[in-house]
Amino acid sequence: MAFLEETAREIRKDIVKMIGKASSGHPGGSLSSVEILTLLYFEEMNVDEKNPRAEDRDRFVLSKGHAAPLLYATLAAKGFFPKEELQNLRQLGSILQGHPDMNKVPGVDMSTGSLGQGISAATGMALGGKIDKKDYKVYVLLGDGELEEGLVWEAAMAASHYRLNNLIAFVDNNNLQIDGAICDVMSPYPIDAKFEAFGWNVIMVENGHDFDQLRKAIEVAKKSEDKPTVIVCKTIKGKGVSFMENNAGWHGKGPNAEQVLQALAELEA
Amino acid sequence: MAEMKSTRQAYGEYLVELSNKIENLVVLDADLSGATKTNIFAKECPDRHFNVGIAESNLMGMAAGLATTGKIPFASTFAIFGAGRAYEIVRNSICYPKLNVKIALTHSGISVGEDGASHQAIEDITLMRVIPNMTVLCPADAIETRKMMDAAIAIDGPVYIRLGRSDVPVIFDEDYEFEVGKAGLLKTGRDVTIIAVGLMVGPALEAAELLKAEGISAQVINMGSIKPIDVDAIEEAAIKTGAIVTAEEHSIIGGLGGAVAEVLCEVAPVPMERVGIKDIFGQSGKVAPLMEKYGLTAKDIVAAAKKVIERKR
Repeated sequence: MAFLEETAREIRKDIVKMIGKASSGHPGGSLSSVEILTLLYFEEMNVDEKNPRAEDRDRFVLSKGHAAPLLYATLAAKGFFPKEELQNLRQLGSILQGHPDMNKVPGVDMSTGSLGQGISAATGMALGGKIDKKDYKVYVLLGDGELEEGLVWEAAMAASHYRLNNLIAFVDNNNLQIDGAICDVMSPYPIDAKFEAFGWNVIMVENGHDFDQLRKAIEVAKKSEDKPTVIVCKTIKGKGVSFMENNAGWHGKGPNAEQVLQALAELEA
Repeated sequence: MAEMKSTRQAYGEYLVELSNKIENLVVLDADLSGATKTNIFAKECPDRHFNVGIAESNLMGMAAGLATTGKIPFASTFAIFGAGRAYEIVRNSICYPKLNVKIALTHSGISVGEDGASHQAIEDITLMRVIPNMTVLCPADAIETRKMMDAAIAIDGPVYIRLGRSDVPVIFDEDYEFEVGKAGLLKTGRDVTIIAVGLMVGPALEAAELLKAEGISAQVINMGSIKPIDVDAIEEAAIKTGAIVTAEEHSIIGGLGGAVAEVLCEVAPVPMERVGIKDIFGQSGKVAPLMEKYGLTAKDIVAAAKKVIERKR
């Protein structure tokens, strides 16, 4: 347990450092999903950093592709590529593009960035697993603002139609999008009732930063017999850095040097 | 009289043949399988046909996901929806990651007929052509459709195959060979070269005969591979005949005419005329009168040929 918490802390520090170095990127929505990815990559998923494209591996699709720094920090921590690479985020020639490129970064299962498309591709992946009678799971992380994209619901309809119980989606419900609170901009609520109506199992996680709650939800999701599952996680945008928490202004900008130091000090404390 | 068959019909039939040879081939459709003819495949291989419903964006997204698991998905709907509505999914989820998806879209051009402008894609070649990693093919008849499907499967990456609704004469015979990036010289001539694609290849050949009767020697090239395009063939034709006419059932902006113009300007500038849809929407009607109304007949090619020859002087 202490291991997961320590890993999450290191991932948070890397997110802050790499976005600070790049002077651009998306800290808020990266920090809000740290526990979800930490649990997936360090406990849940069957992945091999030495063989990133292994046929039977579990897949992960970052449908909210702008949280790329989170995915990169997690993959580096897991050993898919050297941690030194993180400092090249968003730099010319780097494998670490502003949004994930599956052909550049070992361990990235799908190129994403344009919202709504990751869940659609994940649905295709899960269907591929069914066709081949494989046991692997496809995990996908959606933003709550992302639920405003129509394609999410086209995919949601198809996933339940094809009974893709091997598809497990997380919604990072931090309640904020670029222009403000999601309920003010264009409310996707009620999120649970919508997914239920689309034929999904719905699990609500009160605290998306609590490993125990997340772990229990995944255990239930994996037992689903004929439905895809969505785990809606209440989270805090910018979690762990006081001046970023619950602040839409930190959706997509990099902290300056001073702010990086303050953030790191808070994360160390 | 040549046998008549639509390229969509040839597509549906050949998918069944391919399914025997290619185990990982799957077909996706968006509630138009009776029209795109993937229903022929669905009947033979129900376990490998997926009808995603009226959801073209998800059609392309799921095809991308399936490709990551080693499948070779053929995704089909009408060209207006696959190249239009789902454009950005094709760009970002299929072409950017260079996934092995074959996008076979039917009902391209105004030969859709009665459904009218809302269903007549006249921009799809342009849209698909500008996306990096994409290959763009458009068959002239049923035989070339099959050859292009073979060629598409041999490519590890996205391919767009542009198919039509209406019956067209079968021009080629079974031993016809198609190669991506290579033009087909169908008829040699001295005075002008007609470069045609898709269902305009027939009228182009007819135009060459009409011109011959007037003492004009026209050569005809089939440019079924629009991207990559055969630069050498265009250059040779320009140097040899000094005048080019393009003919396509598509907007004159950015399609075959656009692609040929780009090459000509850089390698061998000669006078050129574009036969195609002149930056206007189509409308409902029977196919033949529509083709006449929009200037897509052998007569129109003849007129363009004479005009371009005039400009040589």
